[in-house]
Amino acid sequence: MLSQLRAAWRRHDVQIGSIVVIMAAFFSALSPAFLTLSNLGDLLENYSVMAIMAAGLFVVLISGGIDISFEAIAAVSQFFVAIILVKFGGNWFTAFGLAGLFGALLGIVNALLIYYLGAISVIVTISTMTFYFSILMFMTQGRSIYDLPSWFTSDMSWLSIPFPVMVAAVALLVTLVLLSRSPVGRQIYGLGGNPEAAKRMGCNILGLQCLAYGYSGFMAAIGGIVQAHRVEEVVPYALIGRELDVLAAVVLGGASLSGGIGTVSGTVLGILLLAVLQNGLTLLGVSSYAFGVVTGAVILVSVTATAYASKRQQRRGVRDAV
Amino acid sequence: MPSDLVSSPTVRSRPRFAAWSDPTVTLLAVLVVIAVIVFAALTPARFLSGDTVRAIAFQMPELGILSLAMMVPLMSGGLNLAIISTANLSALVMAGVLTNLIHPTSPPWVIVAAILAALLCGMLTCLVIGFLTGVIVAFFGVHPILVTLGTMTLVKGVAVLATSGTVIGGFPPAILFLGNGSVLGIPASMILFVLCAVVVAMMVAHTPFGVSVRLIGSNEKATRYSGVATEWVLVGVYVVSSLLCWVAALVMMARFNSASAGYAESYLLITILAAVLGGIDPFGGFGRVFGLFLSLVLLQVISTGFNLLGFSPYLTAAIWGATMIIAILIAVVRDRWIARIWPAKVK
Repeated sequence: MLSQLRAAWRRHDVQIGSIVVIMAAFFSALSPAFLTLSNLGDLLENYSVMAIMAAGLFVVLISGGIDISFEAIAAVSQFFVAIILVKFGGNWFTAFGLAGLFGALLGIVNALLIYYLGAISVIVTISTMTFYFSILMFMTQGRSIYDLPSWFTSDMSWLSIPFPVMVAAVALLVTLVLLSRSPVGRQIYGLGGNPEAAKRMGCNILGLQCLAYGYSGFMAAIGGIVQAHRVEEVVPYALIGRELDVLAAVVLGGASLSGGIGTVSGTVLGILLLAVLQNGLTLLGVSSYAFGVVTGAVILVSVTATAYASKRQQRRGVRDAV
Repeated sequence: MPSDLVSSPTVRSRPRFAAWSDPTVTLLAVLVVIAVIVFAALTPARFLSGDTVRAIAFQMPELGILSLAMMVPLMSGGLNLAIISTANLSALVMAGVLTNLIHPTSPPWVIVAAILAALLCGMLTCLVIGFLTGVIVAFFGVHPILVTLGTMTLVKGVAVLATSGTVIGGFPPAILFLGNGSVLGIPASMILFVLCAVVVAMMVAHTPFGVSVRLIGSNEKATRYSGVATEWVLVGVYVVSSLLCWVAALVMMARFNSASAGYAESYLLITILAAVLGGIDPFGGFGRVFGLFLSLVLLQVISTGFNLLGFSPYLTAAIWGATMIIAILIAVVRDRWIARIWPAKVK
């Protein structure tokens, strides 16, 4: 029993989950407004777009790559779909379908460049981010779209769960099923863990990379649509510059930058950690100017503690082996 | 066989300026020449003028010094995502000291003392940030992307908290000279950049520290087992990177005559682009300052040329992104050709 508990405690998602629970208990003790249904709904809704994008980025991280271009893809797809909706009209099905298709295509461009040029994914996706976003700014001249159709911007909810939260939940569920319940998902873990071994096992590396980056582009575009629905406008530069925030949330959840390690539950908890922290601090009346300091400190402490623990575990392993 | 070892091709006398034998440097030099010829043909009499050269010389130092700050960690196999926030915080500290100590009625010696104090405080800020980053990277073994992601958020957070997001401005002429003044027709900021570039180039190529940095970038474990104190070299890498941010902070605050928590943020990813375009291996171990210099010249020639042609700055940024992809493409095609013509040369 005790050893089982100890083994569970070593799991990253259990550790970060308990931190989230402790923080939530702390904030609800200090502020009665924290544990109310409306506040928790707001909290989840505020971070739903980040969660959708994190789901896509997470798959790329598991495959051993990194995607910096997803916010640019989201911005481009958002604009593309908004223009079509304003000109020709449509419904939710066409909005999500068109955006997802467009985002997946842009993501697959990333994968093809990475595969055929043999270049490192950070560099390729930084280049394509610059390219996609600059082309968007050039075409739009920085102008926003405000006259979105009313069905698109009106609030919706089901069983008092806001629409963005539902989309985020579906996105995370699909990612969970894809990664841990499908053969392709296991191959993506294999590719991230050891690319050479995956190649010799006969995995289709190009196909897997197209899937990972295409999925990231797809989720980014879906996130872009949900964001446009929430703020009721499309501003070309609204999303850009936030890619590192999403990366921080995924990494807080325990995904390894070298690939092959990480869980969807960890990613959810990483986002919840940031969400509960910022929401709690706001309720306690802490100035929003202090968020950066707190978030930065949390990231630093968390990554340092994780690395230190794995270093110690490694050393213990060496000692046991000797 | 021992005789094989003696006649190994790596043991040969190197030419005086080894950079020219580097294929990346040759490629970049050719691309710069092509870009200059194309723009000179498209805008005759306007591109090939002193004004163009001056514009390039004024625009290059800021991005250039920041790219140097990114290059040193890249060579060690790491990355410093905190360069922009470090430069901004350092500029804010210097701005705070200057604006608090100097009043319109201050005598000259107070101004001099205030400038010296500001420089010292700005440098100390960068030293502390660089040292802490280096210690976490080296002694805790955390991936540099994660550490600097944290320091970037934290340092920017401190800057935002301290200023509430406002801008601090109004500096003495001696500081402004660094951004807008010239010595013998050469911008002061350009002189500062070339100085930094030469110092970093010397350090990387000819000092034990520089050799250790490149070795760590190639194989950290092997370097440690060969008796190099890799931890302290890594701390040094991030301290040097941060100190370069201090110089960049000086140039930035002098150019804008103000400091803020949010300046130059779009440069962060561009510095990685410039460094990798300049032949710095993103996995570490290889690269030359001269290659970085050429890639910065190429990027500036492109942006100035398109500016003269009346293109939007956004289109220029798109072409910067495309340049990177095209440069990788050319290198891939070139290597295939080399492999086809001299199959023996590649394994």
